[in-house]
Amino acid sequence: MMKDMMAGFELFQPADVETALELLDRHGAASWRLAGGYDSLDWLKNRSKQTRAVVDLERIAELRGIRESGGGVEIGALTTLTEIETSQLIRERYGLLADAARKVASPQIRNAGSIGGNLCQDTRCWYYRYGVKCYRAGGNTCYAAAPEAMNREHAIFEASRCVAVTPSDCAPAVVALDAEMVVRSRAGERVIRAADFFMPPSIDIRRMTVLEPEELLVAVRLPAAWAGASFYFEKVADRNVWDFPLVNVAAAFRMDGATVADARIVCGAVQCTPRRMAAAERLVVGRPRTEQVAESAGAASAAGAEPLAFNAYKVSLVENLVRRAVRGAQTSEPA
Amino acid sequence: MSEWPPTEVGGDTRASSTISEDAPWALPMVSAIPAAQPSPSWSRRDFIKGIIASGVTVSGLSYFGSGCSGALPAQTVGGVERLLSLSVNGQLRRVDVLPAETLAMTLRYKLGLTGTKLGCDRAECGACTVLIDGVTHYSCSTLTHRVRDREITTIEGLEGPNGELHPVQQAFVDELSPQCGFCTPGQVMSAVALLRRNPNPTREEAREALAGNLCRCGAYHNYLNGVMRAAQSLGAREA
Repeated sequence: MMKDMMAGFELFQPADVETALELLDRHGAASWRLAGGYDSLDWLKNRSKQTRAVVDLERIAELRGIRESGGGVEIGALTTLTEIETSQLIRERYGLLADAARKVASPQIRNAGSIGGNLCQDTRCWYYRYGVKCYRAGGNTCYAAAPEAMNREHAIFEASRCVAVTPSDCAPAVVALDAEMVVRSRAGERVIRAADFFMPPSIDIRRMTVLEPEELLVAVRLPAAWAGASFYFEKVADRNVWDFPLVNVAAAFRMDGATVADARIVCGAVQCTPRRMAAAERLVVGRPRTEQVAESAGAASAAGAEPLAFNAYKVSLVENLVRRAVRGAQTSEPA
Repeated sequence: MSEWPPTEVGGDTRASSTISEDAPWALPMVSAIPAAQPSPSWSRRDFIKGIIASGVTVSGLSYFGSGCSGALPAQTVGGVERLLSLSVNGQLRRVDVLPAETLAMTLRYKLGLTGTKLGCDRAECGACTVLIDGVTHYSCSTLTHRVRDREITTIEGLEGPNGELHPVQQAFVDELSPQCGFCTPGQVMSAVALLRRNPNPTREEAREALAGNLCRCGAYHNYLNGVMRAAQSLGAREA
């Protein structure tokens, strides 16, 4: 067998959402939604996952574009990360998401990769990706939490049998911006808050989002309430390019003069879903962003962490990233 | 079908008519090579490309079928047509493409454009970088069917009308940018896309634009020197 050759599948290239939904409905769990495709094809080449019917969304024009809507901004799910990182509108009003998109993978991957694909991507746990029958793959063990396992990249919070983490850079940003996810199926449309879009393993260990096989994420809505807030994004990874975060932080502060009126601080890659740093947020609201406040917010943010054998470093990483977010001062880098 | 020597090899493999339709993935098997030897003037590269183009082996399709969990799915209404026209380097090329075929496979093994390299085949190295409508993409992880009405530019498409090197290629030669050279076509494509978008990049901008191309020899600084020199020479040519 040629390892890099994908198993055969039927390829569909619908031109509109309705046709795509009909195809997803018809093929159900055997279907595969193809957005940018760079992660999808890895799965299929490695043969860790198989599909009979690939629904390529690339030709659906209504899934693309960044437009103003109801005071906020609506981003089509197939809008590329490059388009988001260079969009004047996003940079001016939601610089947090532009900064996050800019930190994803490599230029070529951002040219193809979409916001929808980035938010819906599967975890990077290498035991799972290797194709072993772990909990997430329908088996009955977790190889990454075994005593001898290599789990430097895995979860420090909220593990439930599975210790995989969310690999997305955009996910913490959309949760910090309190975005809404617009999801459509043949049964109709539903709008889900970003914080509720990601699936914890305690509820369903087999998937990363609440999307059902016949559903499609069609757009991400950024609310007016957080436009132009004070933002901070930072990603720590082993390499500057390509790599997934060891921990990232996305924070939004609505200021009332020198004091923080409202704050949303979210970390990625510390558990299976983007994690709101609720204790840190409570400590910051109503106070100025001083060194002392940053210190106490940082110290409170890793409470309850349960590190595995090789990822205790993430505890201090989370604390320091939250401190730096509260101190702030990082603004959008030039494109 | 094993006509030998193949009528169109090396110099012009543009007509896809020589590519056997029932063996689109024909791979050279030693036992299947005819006794007639190629003339000494042929390069090894021409020889291998000739074997691929002539479709010597019986059926490459078995490579596809063998790994499937079952038979290929039956044709259903609405699936893609396999025969399509690709616009590659300004030419329209007719080619038979499987649904699960990547652009790198089509370019290298069906259109004979072996300048595009396959490194990791996982969108993690950049050797396969091509331009799609002027934007850099990893061709190893792009389905060919996705680009059927787009303009594809490969390293072969940068050649000048009289066979001269593109200014970026010339600058890379002058700066001794490549060492082993395997990543070079991808580095060139990223640099060309950058200079079309931004004719006067800073070194930092060039570094970011080439960040999606690994060089295992570690010749990154030489490549950046090459990009900066190319920007100068392109600027001088315009002036």
